[in-house]
Amino acid sequence: MAEFTLPKNSTVGKGKTVKADGATNVRPFHVYRWNPDDGENPHMDTFEVDMDNCGPMVLDALIKIKNEMDSTVTFRRSCREGVCGSCAMNINGKNGLACTTAIEDAKGDVAITPLPHQEVVKDLVPDLSNFYAQYASIKPWMQTQSPTPEKERLQSHEDREKLDGLYECILCACCSTSCPSYWWNDDKYLGPAVLLQSYRWLIDSRDEATGERLDDLEDPFRLYRCHTIMNCANACPKGLNPAKAIAEIKKMMVERQG
Amino acid sequence: MTDMKTPIAKVRGLGSAKDGTHHWLSQRVTAIANIPLILFVVVSFVGNAGKGHAEWVAWLKQPVVSVLMILFVANLVYHMRLGLQVVIEDYVHDHGTKFASMILITFACVLIGALSIFSILRIAFGG
Repeated sequence: MAEFTLPKNSTVGKGKTVKADGATNVRPFHVYRWNPDDGENPHMDTFEVDMDNCGPMVLDALIKIKNEMDSTVTFRRSCREGVCGSCAMNINGKNGLACTTAIEDAKGDVAITPLPHQEVVKDLVPDLSNFYAQYASIKPWMQTQSPTPEKERLQSHEDREKLDGLYECILCACCSTSCPSYWWNDDKYLGPAVLLQSYRWLIDSRDEATGERLDDLEDPFRLYRCHTIMNCANACPKGLNPAKAIAEIKKMMVERQG
Repeated sequence: MTDMKTPIAKVRGLGSAKDGTHHWLSQRVTAIANIPLILFVVVSFVGNAGKGHAEWVAWLKQPVVSVLMILFVANLVYHMRLGLQVVIEDYVHDHGTKFASMILITFACVLIGALSIFSILRIAFGG
């Protein structure tokens, strides 16, 4: 059965509280901590962050916590401007990028946990090996049969416009890990992010492997676990709509039936 | 359990089942068919409310009513079978339990359908 409760060794306990000495304007950040080396259960540490000396984004607070309060707090981050997708995490119950989520927009205490329903490597770092393997499995590159042209492969303006709303995906996994279907069946269901990426190649006028791509997706689990729950569209920090891309794939499947 | 398989080997797994669109489309088509059929049943039942046994039997004996009731039952149990399959595939991961559940819902749906249709026919053709 799908697991609806946490296993015993995953139940989250209460951790330490680190005060901000002398600060008047503090905001409590509850951060999920789990260390693979100490054999302990995960716990939520509370860091009271001095908001008078902190940048505006959740990532600013995390970096401040790591720099000034506890250097062992572990998370991924790189570009700090919503381009790389590294700092995807669950902030007050909603998946998003820490770097583009304003602390101001979070109500009350800020609770930060890793992306839901993925194995945790440490603290806020999820193991995305399966997610990346799924991305590789859809062959996310242009496949052609025709001889390589002397110059570039041409595309009309209209056909190029079809890639808008797809090419912007940064593969942060916010959508896939917000999808209940992906939670229960991530071993077989490709999930919204990978299916959106797949549609990006299906709809590319220069690609010549549309049929083979559809063949690979024609599966009760890979594609049809999408039950249009729409959490993906709600979670996407880039404002994309993976659910719509999946619906378009389903339409292609029906279309080729005749 | 840990194994030595690579993530890509696990993802590629047994390959695509090359199936799923028929199931998905059938579920939608039976859903569309359900709209007029359920509407017919609800409106008729409300209209017949309070009537006696003889009047109900006379109503059901009309050819159009018998046929629509049979279609209603057949469409509904088929739609139910397809929907329950999705629920089981979503939540039941153990292969044995999954297979047993699938057999059980199929048998149950066929039984419900056969009993209902037989009953309608008995009234339709009964004396």
